[in-house]
Amino acid sequence: MAHGPATLADGWKQYASRWLFTTNHKDIGTLYLWFSFAMFILGGSFAMIIRAELFQPGMQLIKPEFFNQMTTMHGLVMVFGAIMPAFVGLANWLIPMMIGAPDMALPRMNNLSFWILPFAFAILVATLFMEGGGPNFGWTFYAPLSTTYAPDSVNYFIFAIHIMGASSIMGSINIIATVMNMRAPGMTYMKMPLFVWTWLITAFLLVAVMPVLAGAVTMMLMDINFGTSFFDAAGGGDPVLFQHIFWFFGHPEVYIIILPAFGVVSQIIPTFSRKPLFGYSSMVYATAAIAFLSFIVWAHHMFTVGMPIAGELYFMYATMLIAVPTGVKVFNWITTMYKGALTFETPMLFSIAFVILFTFGGFTGLMLSIAAADMQYHDTYFVVAHFHYVMVAGAVFSGTAAVYYWLPKWCGKMYDETMGKVQFWVAFIGFNIAFMPQHFLGLAGMPRRYADYGLQFADWNMVSSVGAFIYGAAQIMFLFNVIRTITHGKPVKDPQVWEGAEGLEWTVATPAPYHTFAKPPKVK
Amino acid sequence: METIHRTIIAKLLVLAVAMFMFAMFVLPPLYDLFCEITGIGGRTTGDVYEAVDVKIDTSREVRVQFVAANNAQMPWEFYPMEHSVVVHPGESRAVNFFAHNKTGEDMIGQAIPNVLPNNAADYFHKTACFCFDNQPLAAGEQAELGLVFILDPDLPDNVNTVTLSYTLFDITDRTSVAIAQR
Repeated sequence: MAHGPATLADGWKQYASRWLFTTNHKDIGTLYLWFSFAMFILGGSFAMIIRAELFQPGMQLIKPEFFNQMTTMHGLVMVFGAIMPAFVGLANWLIPMMIGAPDMALPRMNNLSFWILPFAFAILVATLFMEGGGPNFGWTFYAPLSTTYAPDSVNYFIFAIHIMGASSIMGSINIIATVMNMRAPGMTYMKMPLFVWTWLITAFLLVAVMPVLAGAVTMMLMDINFGTSFFDAAGGGDPVLFQHIFWFFGHPEVYIIILPAFGVVSQIIPTFSRKPLFGYSSMVYATAAIAFLSFIVWAHHMFTVGMPIAGELYFMYATMLIAVPTGVKVFNWITTMYKGALTFETPMLFSIAFVILFTFGGFTGLMLSIAAADMQYHDTYFVVAHFHYVMVAGAVFSGTAAVYYWLPKWCGKMYDETMGKVQFWVAFIGFNIAFMPQHFLGLAGMPRRYADYGLQFADWNMVSSVGAFIYGAAQIMFLFNVIRTITHGKPVKDPQVWEGAEGLEWTVATPAPYHTFAKPPKVK
Repeated sequence: METIHRTIIAKLLVLAVAMFMFAMFVLPPLYDLFCEITGIGGRTTGDVYEAVDVKIDTSREVRVQFVAANNAQMPWEFYPMEHSVVVHPGESRAVNFFAHNKTGEDMIGQAIPNVLPNNAADYFHKTACFCFDNQPLAAGEQAELGLVFILDPDLPDNVNTVTLSYTLFDITDRTSVAIAQR
């Protein structure tokens, strides 16, 4: 192997070691993306089991104990295995190409931060086959459910979370070092593409809060095994403390998931509107404002724990404040499209759906932020519907848009536009059928995380399950489209690929060569 | 190139370690402090109160209710022997709780107090309480557990009923001896 990456033609040993020992940002980005898609399918199949059980009232397919493990594992796998690695993969592929750097700043750490992830998830998923079952306490793993009453496998869960945290922190340090130190001459901070900006801010959030999560699980570990009482009232601790620490991590975490999605959409919408992004600098400041606010609103997840009225009011108003910078972003996207020469290719369709559905999820978030009303919504399907509108229609739709948008640049082949559009409409319709009824269920009082429900909830649950299956099928179509593009796609030669695309990544050859910007480009 | 990377890695690692330390060693004590200052969660200070001479405010009567509950797997019988008493602020009063270990094993219990309303927590002083110690009861043993309390005369005027609740936890497995034997 003199030049270029090993292919299967060089023998499988060469080929395997290419991927195992790679320090190339594009290879590692590809690994992250395929890994996250595998986790997406795994987490999705857990969701299918949940929806199959909830198709009809009564216990049909699985035991309630297993149902609890499914809801927990679905959340953990989707958040830590599917969405976060997907955006780290996009960051690896795109950030060096967008800022004119030859590679990430710390290529070997990059390799390590990816290759510990499969082990973390192997450990996590292995708990399902252990005596007593896997984690069954919800993805928020509130103590004492996750300490006093946890299955024995909880120690494996804690170890897996530690590894995921280490991986995220390494990945973030890498991104920050790359963005701060390796920009091409002339690429000032305020010239960086918005995807780079949102990731830079996300990376700082990750470095700040992943250690807090590590601290929370370490305290759990000590409560379970070493007789401490951080979260145990019997020894002078307090279970509510766990919720505070968890959400001190957890609220920034939801912005960690959504900020890179904002970045993706801010790249795609200008391309297909054939106009520059409206209000670039306000987008940057809004992102920073959201990141700052994310640290001071955590207790809006716990309005029902018995906070004093002053606390409820503070967290309520602070939470509502987040709507301001988020609104700035939404209006900027809309204004970018206004009077643009719009075309509706698949990435644009997903991006527009993102703007609409994310805004919808934002509005239900505002409803939830009203402390007095939250007493009714808390822990119902309304919450489930809300966060699936922002996480799935937000993060997953924008991730899908990103793959369709940059796939021609990555592999030099164009996806089939008809197939892409079919997948979009199946996903869009399936998603709304699955999650819109959950608002009604929640408002009617159906609690989340139960394997069974009252008869009055039967109809909407059946509708929701059907929608979930349709949405699941859309992901199989997505996988098919991507593989089909790589094997049979129409070759693309134009470096720009899309007529309206701007940015350094569209100046390199298509498909992107293994090494780009060995000499830094000149940025005007 | 290498040195600029090293500086930023060092700074970010310091941030990560600092945040971990913050979560482990700063947040829990900070939370306790916050709860004690504000009385959130009905926490009484937990220390023995040194009685000071105050005038008993006979013009005012406050009802004090007692609630006893067992934590999930605690099998003891546990209840207050008087369900409520009426006291004057400043007056010292003794009441008893009854506990009976009905199991065939020696066990250790620990009662955790909680006061409602929250703004009364700071004015509920215990000069003696079984909750200050853990309570070993041999198999089949029963005991009357004593509590002596004084309501502070500064108790806010709008409070005329105070509820003291105890939750009894089984801490047999949590004592240092039991942990050492694991």
